[in-house]
Amino acid sequence: MRDKIILAHGSGGRLSQELIEESFITPLSNPLLAGLADSAVFDFNGRLAFTTDSYVVNPIFFPGGDIGTLAVSGTVNDLAMSGARPLYMSLAVILEEGFDRNDLRRVVASIREVSLEAGVEIITGDTKVVTRGAVDKIFINTAGIGVVPEEVNISGGNAKPGDIVIVSGTMGDHGIAVLSKREGISFSTTLESDCAPLSGLVTKMLNASRQIRCMRDPTRGGLVTSLNEIAGQSRVSIRIDEEKIPMREEVLSACEMLGLDPLHVANEGKLVAIVPPEDADKVLSAMHHHSLGERAAVIGEVSAEHPGRVVMKTFLGTSRIIDMPTGDLLPRIC
Amino acid sequence: MKYVSEFRNETLSRGLIARIRTSSRTSSRLMEFCGGHTNTIFRYGIRQLLPGTVNMVSGPGCPVCVTAPSDLDRAIAAAGIPDVILTTFGDMMRVPGSYTSLQEEKAAGADVRVVYSPVDALTTAMENPDKSVIFLGIGFETTAPTVAASILEAEEKGIDNYFVLSLHKICPPVIRALLDSGEIVLNGLVCPGHVSAVTGSGIWEFIASEYGIPCVVTGFEPPDVLRAISMLVAQIERGEAKVENAYSRGVRSDGNPLALDMMERVFREDDAEWRGIGAVKNSGLVFRKAFERFDAEKVFEIPSKPPLERKGCLCGEILRGVKMPGDCPLFGRACTPASPVGPCMVSSEGTCSAYYRYGESDAG
Repeated sequence: MRDKIILAHGSGGRLSQELIEESFITPLSNPLLAGLADSAVFDFNGRLAFTTDSYVVNPIFFPGGDIGTLAVSGTVNDLAMSGARPLYMSLAVILEEGFDRNDLRRVVASIREVSLEAGVEIITGDTKVVTRGAVDKIFINTAGIGVVPEEVNISGGNAKPGDIVIVSGTMGDHGIAVLSKREGISFSTTLESDCAPLSGLVTKMLNASRQIRCMRDPTRGGLVTSLNEIAGQSRVSIRIDEEKIPMREEVLSACEMLGLDPLHVANEGKLVAIVPPEDADKVLSAMHHHSLGERAAVIGEVSAEHPGRVVMKTFLGTSRIIDMPTGDLLPRIC
Repeated sequence: MKYVSEFRNETLSRGLIARIRTSSRTSSRLMEFCGGHTNTIFRYGIRQLLPGTVNMVSGPGCPVCVTAPSDLDRAIAAAGIPDVILTTFGDMMRVPGSYTSLQEEKAAGADVRVVYSPVDALTTAMENPDKSVIFLGIGFETTAPTVAASILEAEEKGIDNYFVLSLHKICPPVIRALLDSGEIVLNGLVCPGHVSAVTGSGIWEFIASEYGIPCVVTGFEPPDVLRAISMLVAQIERGEAKVENAYSRGVRSDGNPLALDMMERVFREDDAEWRGIGAVKNSGLVFRKAFERFDAEKVFEIPSKPPLERKGCLCGEILRGVKMPGDCPLFGRACTPASPVGPCMVSSEGTCSAYYRYGESDAG
């Protein structure tokens, strides 16, 4: 084996997990980093959440959004998944020599639009230009900081047997929308990316219940990865029902055609929440009253048996374990 | 038309399961030849629904898995030829050869590109006239016609930088080899739907007539597979052996004459080496003389080293249906989809991969 980075290391599945643990968590070890949460949450005159993410999607414009939409909503969503209300963001842009100024204007217009929608201000930034080929058109890094309300304690390690699993809407829309425009794969679909900031939806959910235990936005690696992470960190099993997972027929068809598992496909404007059973109805109803949660649904529950496993009931009533993807070849969907 | 949910009909499936349960009395071993069927069976937990009399065993119908180790090593080595763009289906990227894999060669600087069709590989050749583009031709009768079509198009357009490494294989000879080996006894065969869509269902007649084994051609949705099992059980209980078609929406008895014609024009049958099975007479497809200038094997000097044996890997036995993945000491321990030892753990059609990914839950 050559000791090199391969593309599958970036796919969000097991290989990514191994890379992050060996190359970053171990040498840079501290308890906040080791939490591997979407945001690090710490005390500083109240509780702050801090996160960063880089955006390298190809193509940069896709149905339903562009790299700018993603760069704001991705970071806002990482903050929102810890229950934080986003306050400020940084924006760092690496541009390739020859990049079209009009394309840059379009990207920045999206950044402005989504940051207004999410109620977050971009207060610092950086710009670099590199020679042709050193990056592909434009790469963006954003960092975000937010404040976590009193009483809110959301973490991947909090799921308890009996809790209810809720998703906010249809799974796989973003990944398939981006793939549909990818050179060499392109197919025609009316499907659009679900790319959106989830902070408004999360505020509604937290107003309905301060007891929400875990939240994840199932981006790279899809729903399966988020659920496996929660099952592992909380030492519980999660049982979901295939038929209850909201899914668009276009996504199912495209996945069949491309040989993908729709539950491995990325989302950029969806979340999965683990909620105590007594609050599930309240949270679900609050979600239904927000435009980004109209198709929210209960898809399963948390159980004590077989900790670390995610088990899915198929439409035939049989069940199988669903494991994390191990490096499907779908680089750069975010 | 709902192209997916229409075919995952619960009522239909439940009816078929009930029919299998009530009609099966004779203990029987059925082989699903095709990796696509293995995948459906595991993805939907179909084995959990079958009565104890019906035992399913997976066959060698995964093109990546049956590629001989020496061929696999040469396919990977082709990525190292100077000024070559190697194009391949995505499945091949992670398959471990004796020394390295395509994804590692790509990370080390080789130009390896995933395509969804050989026609895309041909387009890559047209867009890169100063490079040689090699397509890895790995697949059964399903893939060979589209590869043949790309060759015919290259010829018509006078493209001289497009080549194919043909490791194509055809299915009927290897089934005969398995049955002749005497290693396994089969009472029924679920025949591959997509292969049959090209060849026609007639190519399986010899299994029924010469070996007395019932055959049913079927598709890849759960009710397709259940219907095939139900029809096989019915034949077994009636003491019959014939070829039936449960996939009439995709398969005609004479297949797809256009596809067959293209395949026939470009390729001829020759002996081929199968992983775990060995040389099988007339089971491979090589270029006819008139098309040799597209044959990567003939045009390039592909570096070769003797393949290394992987200690403990039972891919060969699993492909022959004589061992199950659980019998392999490496399965789920040294060999997982993240660090596969054998190709059966990598390919989406591989038996070990299906067993691992869709491991049936005792948490039922």
